[in-house]
Amino acid sequence: MMFAPAPFLLKDTSVSRVMTQVCLALVPGIAAYAWLVGPAILVQIVIATLTALFAEALVLKLRDKPLAMFLGDGSAIVTAWLIALTFPPLAPWWLVVTATAFAIIFAKHIYGGLGQNPFNPAMVAFAVGIVSFPALMSQWPQVGLQMPLSEQIGVIFGLVPRVDALSGATPLDALKTALKLGEGSFGVAQLLANQDIYGNFAGRGWEWVSVGYLLGGLWMWQRKLITWHVPAAFVGAMTVLAGSLWLYDPAQFASPLFHIFSGGSLLGAFFIATDPVSGCTTPRGKLIFGAGAGLLAYIIRVFGGYPDGIAFAVLLMNLSAPVIDLLTQPAIFGMKDKS
Amino acid sequence: MLMNLFKFKGGVKPPTNKTQSVGLPIAKAPLPSRLVVPLHQSIGGTPRPVVQAGDKVLKGQLIGEADGWISAAVHAPTSGTVVDVAMHVQPHPSGLDAMCVVIEPDGRDEWIAREPVDYATLTQEEVRERLQQAGVVGLGGAVFPTHGKLTASKTVPMDELIINGAECEPFITCDDLLMRERADEVVQGIAIFRDLLRPKKVLIGIEDNKPEAAEAMRTAVKAAGEDFAVVQVPTLYPAGGAKQLIRVLTGKEVPAAKRSTDLGVQCFNVATAYTAWRAIAHGEPVVSRLVTVTGNVGEPRNYEVLIGTPMNEVLALAQPKADTDGIVMGGPMMGFLVPDMTVPVVKATNCLIAHSEQLFPPKAPEMPCIRCGSCAQACPHELQPFEMYWFARAKNFGKTQEYHIFDCIECGCCSFVCPSRIPLVQYFRFAKSEIWARERDKNAADGAKTRFEFKQEREAREKAEKAEKLAKAAAAQAAKKAAEAAAVAAAETASPTAEAAVAPAPAAETPAVATAPAIDADKATKMATIQAAMERAKAQREAAQPKNTEVQAPAIQLEIAEIDARRQAAGVETAAPANDQKTE
Repeated sequence: MMFAPAPFLLKDTSVSRVMTQVCLALVPGIAAYAWLVGPAILVQIVIATLTALFAEALVLKLRDKPLAMFLGDGSAIVTAWLIALTFPPLAPWWLVVTATAFAIIFAKHIYGGLGQNPFNPAMVAFAVGIVSFPALMSQWPQVGLQMPLSEQIGVIFGLVPRVDALSGATPLDALKTALKLGEGSFGVAQLLANQDIYGNFAGRGWEWVSVGYLLGGLWMWQRKLITWHVPAAFVGAMTVLAGSLWLYDPAQFASPLFHIFSGGSLLGAFFIATDPVSGCTTPRGKLIFGAGAGLLAYIIRVFGGYPDGIAFAVLLMNLSAPVIDLLTQPAIFGMKDKS
Repeated sequence: MLMNLFKFKGGVKPPTNKTQSVGLPIAKAPLPSRLVVPLHQSIGGTPRPVVQAGDKVLKGQLIGEADGWISAAVHAPTSGTVVDVAMHVQPHPSGLDAMCVVIEPDGRDEWIAREPVDYATLTQEEVRERLQQAGVVGLGGAVFPTHGKLTASKTVPMDELIINGAECEPFITCDDLLMRERADEVVQGIAIFRDLLRPKKVLIGIEDNKPEAAEAMRTAVKAAGEDFAVVQVPTLYPAGGAKQLIRVLTGKEVPAAKRSTDLGVQCFNVATAYTAWRAIAHGEPVVSRLVTVTGNVGEPRNYEVLIGTPMNEVLALAQPKADTDGIVMGGPMMGFLVPDMTVPVVKATNCLIAHSEQLFPPKAPEMPCIRCGSCAQACPHELQPFEMYWFARAKNFGKTQEYHIFDCIECGCCSFVCPSRIPLVQYFRFAKSEIWARERDKNAADGAKTRFEFKQEREAREKAEKAEKLAKAAAAQAAKKAAEAAAVAAAETASPTAEAAVAPAPAAETPAVATAPAIDADKATKMATIQAAMERAKAQREAAQPKNTEVQAPAIQLEIAEIDARRQAAGVETAAPANDQKTE
């Protein structure tokens, strides 16, 4: 007699479908990135994806796990895309390959693979990159890549010398540096008036990439892939902190709008801090996790030495996630305190 | 009527698959070749068989007598001959056997003398007893003896009586058809429950995908002149779970640890109300029930089936397709594949689904949990299934209980939505049964320990008593000898009799005790060790327990110390005259 447990009806869903939808949600952001900054990002995505799949296959083989089942789940691809999107678009190929392989082998599989990693693998990759190669990780194009695709590929693969003009910084980093160098002689408002760098509200080009992430994120929320808690808490907390400091001294601190649409804020809020494996799972836990990540990201990017703070903010919150979950268990049906 | 409905969290919307089986009216299933009627068909005590092989029985005749209050009688579903009272495989996922009465129908389907009564002439107690004797149990699936739920709480006023016609499981339509075709009798049955429980209001909950049933019930309620409210609730699985329906209709949440009557609510299935009415007003015990026969069949339909009919014979009526490879009893969310196609229909059998791989494709392999939280969002009891899953998998059952595993109603919503295809409900059933097994083992071990300790204590006591007896006998003998010696001495020196008689006595006692029970010396040492061990254990026990003597005021403690010191000093002084007895 066969044995098959109830329920016999199942919702049409799978891990690979979830991961595919996350990738789809990244497409608007990637499109804006490729259009406004440069198609080099597509090359980076390909490099990262191939590396991730290769590393995943290698470890699965070593661990004697079913290859097709886990390669097909798509989780490595999501990690790869997030790595490509957080690294500078002209980062040398070996940097992306090393970081991606490290993410898959160490951040993911050493802990047990899919579903077991305590830290977001993509953010571990970013942390490894910025700690080991701070200079390369800080070279961001300021005003879009004014060069043909062949030259972009050349730079990535080291065939064309890295031109000094490329060694810029993100608008976020540029602002921080300019404020430091100016020592109070320029206010934020004057600096941001330079639309060549800072665009309309948060960095030329980059602001629209962020809008792409926002659209993708809202779509994921609408599809119930994520709940509203983490992104809302992330953006809310960052807005409150940035807003308070901005109101306190608008000459020294940029507006919340600038911060929300700069750097990795929206990518982090919708795609990174919402990672269920390394994040919180209870509703209240998600609010704390999102708010914590938003606050820490602001503090690190404004007062710290790194160009952006998303990666370390998320990793720090990953550390706290188990405790937060433990302390925020929701009351169950019939056991809610009515008083 | 419009009323404020509440929502329960979670729930899922599987395809309902109900339209297939509502096209045709209820049909009566023909008499089967043989009936296998299990005695244990309800929660509670197993009824005792009152017939034996060879007995002629009539339809409705008692064959199993209720065992205790929470138990319900079982009756012959048709007239015929009892051919056997024996163990047969049950419609239960375990595939275990249980005691059944096997009846060969005589084809006449002849009733016993039925006694219809007007229940208004009966006392409440008599109504409950009649229901128990008629084998009326909850037909929604839980088969709890109905009479056991018909006593209102003495302390909490009964606010609402909920009648469950939600029928939220996909595929099942037997309650739907019952309400469409026999609404009048359902309403009469509800009136019995109402009169026993005296609630402030009666709410009949029906999912809004059954407008015909709701309409029929409304008409019947009006015709009966009752004030029951027929409420259409949103179609959302598991809205027909008793706790969910209570929540939707009243806003009250019944936790696992409480009974619904503690919150002033009671809930019955519509089919239960129908059978209650038949039992009281027609004197007909529960010998048949409506069964939806659907799934991989040519003609899905609802049948009135005699309890004990082999399932394959029922399925055959609906023309199962060639690739049918099993029967699911119950719905696709909570049902199970029966271990054998010939197992009998029982009171809990509301639906038979012909299973095929095309209808229910085999599940994709289980992937690791990615903590996506879909299960927690789908759980109608607001549990954290993925956390319980981790701990159940790790066999950390204490933790599963901390995450309220016993509040899980096994509705299957979590498994339904899981993208990793983890059979979560199975993990929870596993954990629950392990916890129950451990509880049983622990109780058994505790019992054995108590018995062992009692035996040890008794043996020690007996040994001590024996030794004491022997010592006494030896002492008596020595005293006798001493007395004789004294008598001899008295004969020699007439005057200081008294002192001489007393003085050598204790001297003689010492060697006497030492020599006479010499065989007991070993025993005595053993006993002393046991005694000492017991003393130690006792001291430890006492030390572990707080005592008020430990917190004596320092003044009193000082006084005790002084007394002790004085005693000791006195002991040293009196030690000189070699009068040892005083220091005992």
